[in-house]
Amino acid sequence: MIAYIVRRLIGAVVMLFVITVSVFVIFFLVPKAAGVTTDDLAARFAGKSPTPDALAEIKERFGLNDPVVVQYGKFVKALVLGDKYDTGTQIINCHAPCLGYSFRTAQPVLQQILDRAPVTFSIALGAAVLWVVGGVSVGVLSALRRGKIIDRFSMGVALAGVSLPIFFTGLVMLAYVVHKWNLLPEPDYTPLTQNPAKWAEGLLLPWIGLAFLYAALYARLTRAGMLETMNEDYIRTARAKGLPERRVITKHALRATLTPVLTIFGLDIGLLLGGAILTERTFSMKGLGQLALDGVFQSDLPVVVGVTLTAAVFIIVANLFVDILYGVVDPRVRL
Amino acid sequence: MGKSEQLTGSAAAPEASSYTPTEYLEVRDLRIHFPTDDGLVKAVDGVSFALSEGRTLGIVGESGSGKSVSSLGIMGLYNRKNSKISGEIWLDGQEIVGASAEQVRRMRGRKMAMIFQDPLSSLNPFYTVGNQIIEAYRLHNDVTKQVAHKHAIEMLDRVGIPQPDRRVDDYPHHFSGGMRQRAMIAMALSCDPQLLIADEPTTALDVTVQAQILDLIRDLQEEFNSAVIMITHDLGVVAEVADDVLVMYGGKPVEFGDVETLFHRPEHPYTWGLMGSMPRLDRPPTERLLPIKGTPPSLINLPTGCAFHPRCAYRELNNGKSEAEVPQLVESVPGHKVACHLPHERRQQIWAEEIQPKVTEEPLASTDFEEGAP
Repeated sequence: MIAYIVRRLIGAVVMLFVITVSVFVIFFLVPKAAGVTTDDLAARFAGKSPTPDALAEIKERFGLNDPVVVQYGKFVKALVLGDKYDTGTQIINCHAPCLGYSFRTAQPVLQQILDRAPVTFSIALGAAVLWVVGGVSVGVLSALRRGKIIDRFSMGVALAGVSLPIFFTGLVMLAYVVHKWNLLPEPDYTPLTQNPAKWAEGLLLPWIGLAFLYAALYARLTRAGMLETMNEDYIRTARAKGLPERRVITKHALRATLTPVLTIFGLDIGLLLGGAILTERTFSMKGLGQLALDGVFQSDLPVVVGVTLTAAVFIIVANLFVDILYGVVDPRVRL
Repeated sequence: MGKSEQLTGSAAAPEASSYTPTEYLEVRDLRIHFPTDDGLVKAVDGVSFALSEGRTLGIVGESGSGKSVSSLGIMGLYNRKNSKISGEIWLDGQEIVGASAEQVRRMRGRKMAMIFQDPLSSLNPFYTVGNQIIEAYRLHNDVTKQVAHKHAIEMLDRVGIPQPDRRVDDYPHHFSGGMRQRAMIAMALSCDPQLLIADEPTTALDVTVQAQILDLIRDLQEEFNSAVIMITHDLGVVAEVADDVLVMYGGKPVEFGDVETLFHRPEHPYTWGLMGSMPRLDRPPTERLLPIKGTPPSLINLPTGCAFHPRCAYRELNNGKSEAEVPQLVESVPGHKVACHLPHERRQQIWAEEIQPKVTEEPLASTDFEEGAP
């Protein structure tokens, strides 16, 4: 078990390294190859109509004139050890992991990410609870009532859930629940520590919207897995022992059904933690996705890079977690 | 038999209540049909037999002959929603076909247990072997986990698993094929059932392990004095363990007799075919096997008359009766029942003159052939 975890950890570190390289290549080299000069990059930071001196100073400060490898080295070094910037008047200490400064606001990117992360976390985790509980129970019920009304109905709803984009269901919900029927206030983020009731109230609609989208997928996945598992020989063995059908399902069938669901869940939650872009946009929540989106619109490269790296880390960590959990759930993985 | 169109939907026939079984297990005119989009699949169509404690019944037949479905019917493991079942099954004085699903469930594991063909897929890979034995034991016995755990170790020891106190916490994938089947047997016997159904228990196993598993089943049967149904397509297995043999074809029994009679004086052409298809170590390897020509029949459209007639070499001898009339399972000599239109004397003559010289003189004399088989 320990060896298995160590193997997975090493894999995760290697993966992180590969990601920093790709992110660097995509965001620093590809624009260069497309004809963006170092002057253009520096100009974005300097603001309107910079003097040539100012540009030169910025290029010097960010090392834009250095060879690519050196730039990458500095990029990684800043990530791992932190960095110091000399603005001429003062020395700014950027602690590790240093993601640099926003071109637009000159704020540290890391701080912006830390400010936004709780919003995205709240949306993603709350929705995850809803969709896992909802999707799995609907899936199990559908499989057990295969071909019956409840199966057809829930699979129809599931199809709608998969097909309808969040900006449609979200806006419909906003229009009716908030504006027409006044059942809920406009979605807004209140820190959990400040007021849990308001936190939940403000997030309820994004949760439902996002959960509807994912629950549909999980219901179908669970249903398919359940139908397959119920045909396994060991289910017949469990029945042959005289186990009540409820025990056959909860103890013997559900475990095999949920293992693949767990894998998908790891990927989904990792992806969402890096920013639920459409959901945040639809409900005007200021999360990581919104930050990335603003970064893209404003050509704010350090912010985009920062959010991208953060998202990648979440996916890797979530997958690592799932891999380890897999070893606990499926005894055959521990070999 | 032959009156399948009179199949009644109701489970218990009117005379069921008045009937008093004499044997531990009695199956009377069991029919299990599955309505499908293509038609009615008559998987089991009129099977009757009786089995007392301490005896072993071998049920032999090809794939689709209804042997497995019969046993699942006894266990109540058929899908009640998509199958029609009729007839009577009496187990220890209680009728099963008309009983509620819950009543049958309570009998499963305690009064009757089953061993399946593939021990790897029949054990849940997510739970330890011990956990799966304990589960069965605690379901029918009100004991603590510790007692059940001890019992599981005893059962594993009893079926010959080395170091059972350690292996009890292993997962099925840590076990070899033979050990898994031993664990399955331990699980089936953990509640001391009086009826054990073994559905091709050695088919998925290495030949060297097959004989060990058969020995184990036989030993345990003697120890617990249980009734055993051994379902197989391997006549060698039947010769090894069975007291009585039921040969099935197309969902119907075609021959029934004690193992001695069946191997020495079989009377049904299908049984002759099975014997001719069996490779033997005591015959020169250059000699060809005598396969049964043709393929097993579709259970939706059984051939008219005798279901075996398209594959039977002797059908011309019956002047068209084979194609027109379903033969009944009737006693040819006491204890030996055959469903064939050929006259009893003619069958004995064909066996003695044509078939026996080609198969073997003394099939039972070499029962050790499975143990030494390659």
